[in-house]
Amino acid sequence: MLYSKTARAVAVAASKGVACSELMTYFYKSLCHHLDTIYDEDEVLLALAEQLGNFTMLVGGPEYVHCLLPPLESLATVEETVVRDKAVESLRKISQEHSPVDLEVHFEPLVKRLASGDWFTSRTSACGLFSVCYPRVSSTVKAEIRQHFRTLCSDDTPMVRRAAASKLGEFAKVLELDYVKSDIISLFTALASDEQDSVRLLAVEACVSIATLLPQEDLETLVMPTLRQAAEDKSWRVRYMVADKFSELQKAVGPEITKNDLVPAFQNLLKDCEAEVRAAAANKVKEFCENLPEDNREQIIMTHILPCVKELVSDTNQHVKSALASVIMGLSTILGKDNTIEHLLPLFLAQLKDECPEVRLNIISNLDCVNEVIGIRQLSQSLLPAIVELAEDAKWRVRLAIIEYMPLLAGQLGVEFFDEKLNTLCMAWLIDHVYAIREAATCNLMKLVEKFGAEWAQNTIVPKVLGMANDPNYLHRMTTLFCINALSEACGQEITTKQMLPVVLKMSNDQVANVRFNVAKSLQKIGPVLDSNALQTEVKPVLEKLATDTDMDVKYFAQEAISVLALA
Amino acid sequence: MSAISASEKVDGFTRKSMRKAQKQRKSQGSSQYRTQSAPVELSPLPQLKDAPSTEQQDLFTQKLQQCCMLFDFLDSVTDLKSKEIKRATLNELVDFVSTNRGVLVESAYPEITNMISTNIFRALPPSENPDFDPEEDEPTLEASWPHMQLVYEFLLRFLENPDFQPSIAKRYIDQKFVLQLLELFDSEDPRERDFLKTILHRIYGKFLGLRAFIRKQINNIFLRFIYETEHFNGVAELLEILGSIINGFALPLKAEHKQFLMKVLIPLHTAKGLALFHAQLAYCVVQFLEKDPTLTEPVIRGLLKFWPKTCSQKEVMFLGEIEEILDVIEPTQFKKIQEPLFKQISKCVANPHFQVAERALYFWNNEYILSLIEENIDKVLPIMFSSLYRISKEHWNPTIVALVYNVLKTLMEMNCTLFDELTSSYKADRQREKKKEQERDELWKKLDELRLSNTALVQNNSHGLPSVQNNNNNNNSNNNNNVNEDRSADEAADNVDGKDPVEASESTPCAK
Repeated sequence: MLYSKTARAVAVAASKGVACSELMTYFYKSLCHHLDTIYDEDEVLLALAEQLGNFTMLVGGPEYVHCLLPPLESLATVEETVVRDKAVESLRKISQEHSPVDLEVHFEPLVKRLASGDWFTSRTSACGLFSVCYPRVSSTVKAEIRQHFRTLCSDDTPMVRRAAASKLGEFAKVLELDYVKSDIISLFTALASDEQDSVRLLAVEACVSIATLLPQEDLETLVMPTLRQAAEDKSWRVRYMVADKFSELQKAVGPEITKNDLVPAFQNLLKDCEAEVRAAAANKVKEFCENLPEDNREQIIMTHILPCVKELVSDTNQHVKSALASVIMGLSTILGKDNTIEHLLPLFLAQLKDECPEVRLNIISNLDCVNEVIGIRQLSQSLLPAIVELAEDAKWRVRLAIIEYMPLLAGQLGVEFFDEKLNTLCMAWLIDHVYAIREAATCNLMKLVEKFGAEWAQNTIVPKVLGMANDPNYLHRMTTLFCINALSEACGQEITTKQMLPVVLKMSNDQVANVRFNVAKSLQKIGPVLDSNALQTEVKPVLEKLATDTDMDVKYFAQEAISVLALA
Repeated sequence: MSAISASEKVDGFTRKSMRKAQKQRKSQGSSQYRTQSAPVELSPLPQLKDAPSTEQQDLFTQKLQQCCMLFDFLDSVTDLKSKEIKRATLNELVDFVSTNRGVLVESAYPEITNMISTNIFRALPPSENPDFDPEEDEPTLEASWPHMQLVYEFLLRFLENPDFQPSIAKRYIDQKFVLQLLELFDSEDPRERDFLKTILHRIYGKFLGLRAFIRKQINNIFLRFIYETEHFNGVAELLEILGSIINGFALPLKAEHKQFLMKVLIPLHTAKGLALFHAQLAYCVVQFLEKDPTLTEPVIRGLLKFWPKTCSQKEVMFLGEIEEILDVIEPTQFKKIQEPLFKQISKCVANPHFQVAERALYFWNNEYILSLIEENIDKVLPIMFSSLYRISKEHWNPTIVALVYNVLKTLMEMNCTLFDELTSSYKADRQREKKKEQERDELWKKLDELRLSNTALVQNNSHGLPSVQNNNNNNNSNNNNNVNEDRSADEAADNVDGKDPVEASESTPCAK
């Protein structure tokens, strides 16, 4: 790190006077020396590889940028992947600063050297450099580049083939369409049937870019055989990749092929024998359905997709179910009210009763989609037991998650339902064992008041909150203060002054110092809501008394409140 | 969900081990992507030993084909009868190839390899436990092991059969076959990896044409493990095979082999799970050095480069490996690396982790190492001295202190004069250091004093201005100090005034 920064400083100082190539030669020599000896720490090399990408101006501008190539070339051959990747990134960056002539004279030979290096690392790095120089070189050099890329795609080291496969899509994008058809397709086909699944799965990614580049009429013959094969690959990793990229693939191949090929393929993925694949496919259900051609979307979903979805609802694997639960509600907007009530509602209800809390939670967190279509009333009877159970889940993270959806639920279920069924839950969270839950519950109350208004707060929440001020547990007494902090603004001046303030002031005599200094903090917080009369006659004396408290913290926060409220 | 203990409810974080105990051990299906339809029921064939010799080959083939049927072992109730028939048949086949001579006719080879490939070659399923820690967690076991074990057994017996002819078999046991075999080494099931190890070893021994290929593929697996995935379950098994392969290398070593040592085996030391395969790895490294002692210097420099900086457990392993290397080192090679090596050892000796220090100090129990040190005492002692001397006074662990005393004693006996010189120069150094420290302390004290008087000045200034404003009504004074006094007096007065209303406001609610 230090070294690269020093180097940068040297370069800045020298860039104006010294001939830059000389400087870089010196620099490169010392770099080689350091690579071998003291500074062979990968962290240092990483910093160096990154810095060199920003050196163009320091070596005298684009004219001299090529003198950065030798050090980056050595860095692009080291074993450590992060260093190599950074060096390639920097090389890509400075390739743009080369003039077309320099690119052919300096940059392209470097790419060639890397591509024919002995050790796999240099060939791996070369894969990332073809696409940046291809568009800007002459047609003879272009032919050479294509040849090099072809060679690397059939390299006998799987690491190199993986690197080539991962850059295939990117390289295809800069090639002329004819060459995409003649060169890229054969490479794509070969990589997609590689003996290593780690190579094959990268070809799936390239498939998206390639399919986008080709005209519709060529897709069937050039891409589809390979894609079909990938969707039924014997390795679950490849099938997972297909499932994971399904929406992109669907967009790339267009509606006709989707209807004929992708629908059955998707059905198979939803029924795959590996849970990982099913979960990845389940995640895509909504997106896939949304992007189906509108003319017979509903029919495809009802006859082909929905039966698979129904099976997934009772899958043996909880990740599959929870993946499905996170998107299934989205289908209701696509299918409309009647279908939702008839076909989807039973599924929602089944998932609301699922044994796995994550599944239930995912359903509840997406209620808004259903609300728009059929209204939440349809669900409310089943919703309640599910919510209650989640609210009492043993894992506090689950409880936390459900609290976060309370304001949304309250908004959709209405004030009446809320008061009747959910209010007790919200109050119970205030005395949870876990602080994070009590905190979230406080915040939740504030959001509810924002939704239902101050009057509702005064009748339902405030009395209960204030009642906790007499709780024997000081943590609960503090919760009262935290609630007041959160609610005062939403409740307005009157409630704050008349109901909350007396309680806060009274608590300044609490025997627990934590409560007392929180009184000071609360007063500071609600001060701006109060009128100046209350501040002067009621708040000020209490704070002044607290400022002489025996406890250091109480004093500190009381003094802070005094100065913030300008009561001194 | 209903039975949640109170403690669990209070403490959201249940202990990892508890959660694991609750989960019952699962065995795993072998992600066979079944394009074939549901298994057809098998019907038992007559016993091979009862068949007339003319029909025996035919029956053997039929039985091999029958064993290509795959069953779902996750479902423990289906196809029970057929599963039992296949198991019995496999047993019979194992018996048949291991006890009979002349049964491996040429036409049987493709049938045999086909049966084996169908049963064992499969994409390994995703791990049940995504953060599987091979050092702690129980491995997931292969569900279809009752059959698979017999198939592996059969493959082994097939390879070991005295009639086995590699020249015929190489058409079927080819590069593709080996590659698939190598991928299975990633299996989580240790029983499977153990079979694979023996089998690959046999194949390496019998198929000369595949040797270079096998080495290269192992090379690739290791590189992927080091630089890409950091995950492969069979590293230890592959290293074990390599250990005996290296043993058989011809001299002088080919460049390819040396590259493997420096670019693959040494970087393997950086792996997180080194503990799982360190013994095998160290064995391979030592094998190389026994073959070609000139590799000692680059190997030790490589180890020093990757020397663990924060992981004491790994450091102990590295020290163990260094001792193994020193056991076989040639004195000329020792001279080449003694300086950097003993610099590291002196750091280890002074390590606050007693296991690291102890492991390093154990070097002095090794007769051969002692003789090397004695020969080079003029180089080694100056490097080691200050660490040892300091530790003998300062280390928290009494065992280490006792060990260090012994080591110092041994070293003193080796060269008494040098030891005395170093002792006195060490003491002089310490004195100088102490003096320097004292000077530094005094300097800090001076600086502190400077700062104190400075901040006092700053505080006076900063308080001065607002207090002047606050005390507009008071008599102004030009003296800062006076203003300050005025202000504190003012505040005190405020406080006195303030007390009354507080008490008043409190007494009212109390009265109610």
